[in-house]
Amino acid sequence: MTVLHNKSIKELSASLKAGEFSSVELTQYFLDRIQADEQLNCFITVDAGMSIEQARAADKRISKGDMDALTGIPLAQKDIFCTDGMLTTCGSRILYNFVSPYDATVIEHFRSAGCVTLGKTNMDEFAMGSSNETSYYGPVRNPWDTDRVPGGSSGGSAAAVAARLAPAATGTDTGGSIRQPAALCGITGLKPSYGRVSRYGMIAFASSLDQGGPMTHSAEDAAILMQTMAGFDERDSTSVDQPVPDFSATLDADLHGLKIGMPVEFFNADLDSGIADIIMTALKEYEKQGAELVEISLPNGHLSVPCYYVLAPAEASSNLSRYDGARYGYRADAYTDLLDMYKKTRAEGFGDEVKRRIMIGTYALSAGYYDAYYLKAQKIRRLIADDFTRAWSQCDVIAGPTSPNTAFKLGDKTDDPVSMYLNDIYTISVNLAGLPAMSIPAGFDAGGLPVGLHLIGQYFDEAHLLNVAHRYQQATDWHTRTPEGA
Amino acid sequence: MSLESSDVEKIAHLARIEIQPEQVEEYASNLSEILDLVEQMNEIDTNRTETMAHPQDTALRLRDDRVTEQDMRSRFLALSPASETGLFLVPKVIE
Repeated sequence: MTVLHNKSIKELSASLKAGEFSSVELTQYFLDRIQADEQLNCFITVDAGMSIEQARAADKRISKGDMDALTGIPLAQKDIFCTDGMLTTCGSRILYNFVSPYDATVIEHFRSAGCVTLGKTNMDEFAMGSSNETSYYGPVRNPWDTDRVPGGSSGGSAAAVAARLAPAATGTDTGGSIRQPAALCGITGLKPSYGRVSRYGMIAFASSLDQGGPMTHSAEDAAILMQTMAGFDERDSTSVDQPVPDFSATLDADLHGLKIGMPVEFFNADLDSGIADIIMTALKEYEKQGAELVEISLPNGHLSVPCYYVLAPAEASSNLSRYDGARYGYRADAYTDLLDMYKKTRAEGFGDEVKRRIMIGTYALSAGYYDAYYLKAQKIRRLIADDFTRAWSQCDVIAGPTSPNTAFKLGDKTDDPVSMYLNDIYTISVNLAGLPAMSIPAGFDAGGLPVGLHLIGQYFDEAHLLNVAHRYQQATDWHTRTPEGA
Repeated sequence: MSLESSDVEKIAHLARIEIQPEQVEEYASNLSEILDLVEQMNEIDTNRTETMAHPQDTALRLRDDRVTEQDMRSRFLALSPASETGLFLVPKVIE
């Protein structure tokens, strides 16, 4: 078969429709690529037989003319989405044998669209990490330099899409877990507005921040995935009932008069000069297209990391209390009584980073400390969100770097949790405010590693963000670059 | 903020996580560093700021009080480390 792995979803879909190849052939093509890869460790579970069976069903639909934009397209799913009949581990030992008895809403949507699941992608344990090194199933390597991390927590999805092992993938983003790995692997990632994509069946880390979204080659592909992922869901109590626009319809809209806010706090002396140059070059491209750059300020942004490391661990300590060894997942072999069973199960089932965060959250919520930590953080969260509200009176979107650095070496930050946390300084405030944001490829640093441009939009304005990203990708080819061998 | 060994042991107990005596010191140092980071929040006066729990400030929805879940008892029980006659088995809690 000809080379298919650089084709867009639209192209693949057109070929499926024209009968140039079948979904079974297309699926087998990507399964072969996944199998041939010996280095990246992008997938925790691949079930080729099941994938081919789904592809066969898709081919049947296609032959009957019952086809929509994603019918027959194989996708990789982050191993945080529950998939009926398939292992869902969330990167943790504590779920090493958990075969979900139901589908996440997102998976259900993809199934009814006739998508094929290529496999479940590797991730930081319970999505806690920025390097994919906290996974119980081993680290993922960055396809641009296999000594380096892919970012996290959606590192397996990012590396798989960058290495063209899948046409597209899903990710989740609690503090940057779609955008930071997208930046470090040179792909396109979209974190939708909080409440836009159902969290039902998406294993919870920090429920007031978690949001699923697409990780793709381009904004055009991301728009197609979003169309299937987005929408109100009765089963997610924080799902927001907002009309879902046609995300692809406005991709080409003209950018004349677009006001792009540049937060002075992002473009300061601390920003790596190589990354700053690349971001400025990208913004000049927008000026060429008729956009106007406006200086704005997000004065409380520097408190987003401290605020997040109270709220996210607090919510996590509560969410992860369900893993007790009683009803599903891992249970310790030897214990003396029920309390000992809980303690040993959790000690052996969770990795170091997850335990640290559960303990921070437990402390922040414990008697005598609740006001000083949790309530304080909820107030700081308000101030951070208010910064954005003020900024929207001056601009339509906000731009900056996605990450303060390009991909770092494996092991570089594992001994220093706080330095790992600071990887998300530009992304976390967006989750606290609940806004949509993207990372798109904008160039390469001196070492040949991808740099991401961060675009932040207003509530439920994903269509506009995708438009802004797409116009840039029409004028540049960074998003089409692939690592050697891919 | 510097946590003592006894603090770490208490937190671990509340979190139902067993930690070995030789791990206590490392946890104390890591957790104290994280708390130092977190305490930067104190530089801002928030006495007149309202808390924010949900990005859209909406209240949680209520649903009709009717049964919507299917009976999946056998599938759930099949996932458990130990079950018998339709029950999850755990060590005895009442003597």
